[in-house]
Formats: sequence, structure tokens, C-alpha cells
Amino acid sequence: MANQKQNDPNSAILDDDGVDRRGFLKCMAWAGTGLVWTMSGGVPVSHSFSKHHAKSSDLNFVQISDSHMGFNKPANPDVVGTLKTAIDQINGLATQPEFLLHTGDISHLSKPEEFDNVDQILKSATAKDIFYVPGEHDLLDDNGKTYLERYGKNTKGAGWYSFDKKGVHFIGLVNVVNLKAGGLASLGHEQLEWMEDDVQHLSPSTPIVVFAHIPLWSIYPEWGWGTDDSAQALAYLKKFGSVTVLNGHIHQIMQKVEGRVTFHTARSTAFPQPEPGKAPSPGPMKVPADQLKSVLGITDVNYVKGKHALAVVDSTLGS
Amino acid sequence: MRKCLQRTGFVARAMIAGTLLVAVSSGVNAQQPSNAEIKIDNFIFGPATLTVAAGTTVTWINRDDIPHKVASTDEVFKSKALDTDDKFSYTFSKAGTYPYFCSLHPKMTGKVVVQ
Repeated sequence: MANQKQNDPNSAILDDDGVDRRGFLKCMAWAGTGLVWTMSGGVPVSHSFSKHHAKSSDLNFVQISDSHMGFNKPANPDVVGTLKTAIDQINGLATQPEFLLHTGDISHLSKPEEFDNVDQILKSATAKDIFYVPGEHDLLDDNGKTYLERYGKNTKGAGWYSFDKKGVHFIGLVNVVNLKAGGLASLGHEQLEWMEDDVQHLSPSTPIVVFAHIPLWSIYPEWGWGTDDSAQALAYLKKFGSVTVLNGHIHQIMQKVEGRVTFHTARSTAFPQPEPGKAPSPGPMKVPADQLKSVLGITDVNYVKGKHALAVVDSTLGS
Repeated sequence: MRKCLQRTGFVARAMIAGTLLVAVSSGVNAQQPSNAEIKIDNFIFGPATLTVAAGTTVTWINRDDIPHKVASTDEVFKSKALDTDDKFSYTFSKAGTYPYFCSLHPKMTGKVVVQ
């Protein structure tokens, strides 16, 4: 990776803190075309999609988010169809994912039939292991009873848990309960204590992937796009050489690299939302029907042993 | 003369009685329960501050294309998830200030002032 920096025409020009901001902004414009981003020591380096998939990875998984099963307004009258398209796309990837991560808002109104529909559609995924964290739309009934009945096995509290895959430690967090008036998302004391304990004995060379619904960094507080107590969670991860934070909720891609932590939000499979401040509110955004698939998408994540960071690739459901 | 006075007296008494009746019935009307509305749209409660008399039933109507959930900050009242066109009503019998928010989108806040 370091060599590539010197003779690659896309080589990064770093600011004082080691971040190539110009390259990063270029990246965000390209995010819809399947551009592969590999982070090396905090420096984003880009490769073409096909070149990347020729390499082997030790672990590959796909993140989907915000399926909002049950939503039926003009922004997308067929969330079933777009979720099916997303699964077909995942099944067609050159490298098959070992498992899927769903970062929440599985359902739109927490109705049993909505969860049932998603489960049914996900059955056609080649990947049989699926991990979830709830969004605020999934816990609308009594303390998230319906969600926990289905996805709460082996989780604690409102549904947080951790697991390991090929030496990578995954932490699923819930930041959509006990929200306070005027506040942002919240992890809460009990969950933070659990997390501190959960990572305490891990070696600093363990790659960490944290996934939660609402972004764990402050993207746009006016619209509630942030988590009040995420700094505490990130403090527990300071010792690790590679931390990747995967979120949803905002229905668009936003990325940030801060030291050894890469933050990334995914597109929705249901409907897009406006960019921060570009609309009166963060609600569903209507686009011309033939453009809908180009603003919905999936996120492919690759880990290669020995590499610092995970490669995060976004692709849309259509052009 | 006496007849005139008597008639006047009668008319005067009738007028007074009529006035009293009107006064009493106005009083009765003022105590009948009244209603007020708060519209939810574009992630905003409108009006943000609503002032009502004690005994008023306030109805929140969700006109947004996304569900919202009305929750009193002091846990006095709480709605179920309200999808588009769903309503939630609460009757405020006691005077006071009742701040509330959307428990799904906590940046959405509002206040009912009961006098």
C-alpha cells in the first residue's frame, strides 16, 4: 500500500493530520460507481472495482440497511422489489459474502408481517448468516418485543452483542432506545459498560467492526444524525489498530477517517433521504422513478489478514 | 299609574331575568370541553407551543410521510407510533406546562401550556 502511494496516479496528497481530503471528496462523488476504497494507515487509496476483486480476501461480508418493509409512499411504492434487487445483486457478487449485516430499520412500523416479509426475502440470499441491529422503526411497540423475539437471541439489553469471524471482532450496538427530548441517539450507561468489558482483553491487533443504526459520529445534529455518548464507546477502542464503524439511518453514504477509525454509512434499500440541510427535513426524498435504483444500494466489505484496514465498497442497485 | 309602574316592573324584571339567563348560559358554554389540534409535518410540531384552557382535548395529527411518536418529557402522556393520518388525543385537565417530543426523532420538540 505504501509503495502504491508513490507511483499511483491517484496518489494521495496528505494534509498535516495525514488525511487526503481532496481525494476523499473525489471519492464521495464516485461512491455510486463501485469504486473500491482501501484504507492503509488512514490514507484512502483507490483501485478499480475489478482489480480489487481479483485479490483474495480473508473475510468478506455485505452490509444492507434501512429496508423499511411496510413503507408504501411515493418515494418508493415497492420496497419489496428493491430489497429483492439488493439480494440478487449480493448473490451476483464475484466474491460471495460469508454473512450479511443489517444495520436496522428492517421494518417500517415494527409489524410482525413486515419482519416476516424481510425474513422471507433474505431467505433467497446465498449467505445464510445474517446479523441485525435495530433501528428506531423496529422498536415501535412495547420495548421492542417483536424485534427481540426474532433477533434478540444471545443479545443483551435492547439487543447488543458481539461475535468473531476469522479473527475480526464484530460489535453490534443499539443506539435507538431511551432517547431524550432534544437529544441525539444514545448508547446508555449499561451498554457502554458492557462494551468496555467486551473489548478489554482483546489484543490491539484485533480488527474491530462496530455496527449500529444511527451514526456514531456527528454528521448533522440538527436532524439528529449523531450519538450523544459515542465518544465514550470510541475511547474504549483507542488501543486497536483497525476500527471500522458501519451505520445506517441517513439513507446515503457518508465517510470519515479519524486516526485508525473509519466511519461509513450505507445507502438504504428502500428510499433516499436528502443531504444535510438540503431540504426542510430528513424525510423520504422522491426522485424520478428511473433514478430510484441509482440512490439505493449495498455495501461490500473485505478484510485481508495483515492489512490494517477493511476495504469498503459501495454499489447502487442500478445506474 | 300603578298599572304602568306594575307593567314596567314586570318588564324590568323580565329584562333582568333575561339578562341573567343569557349570562348564565354564557357561563355554561365557557365550561364545555373544547378541542385543539397540533399538526405534525416535515418533522415539526405545529404550533410548537400551544396554549389552551384546562379541560381542553389536544389532538396531534401526523401529516408527515414518516411515522412519529408523541411523548411527554415528564411521562404524563405517550402515543403509539403514528403513521400518516393517524391521531393521538390527550385531555389536559390540570394547568401547567407540558413539554413533549417525538421519541423516534428526539430533536422534534413542542410544548402545551395549560392555563
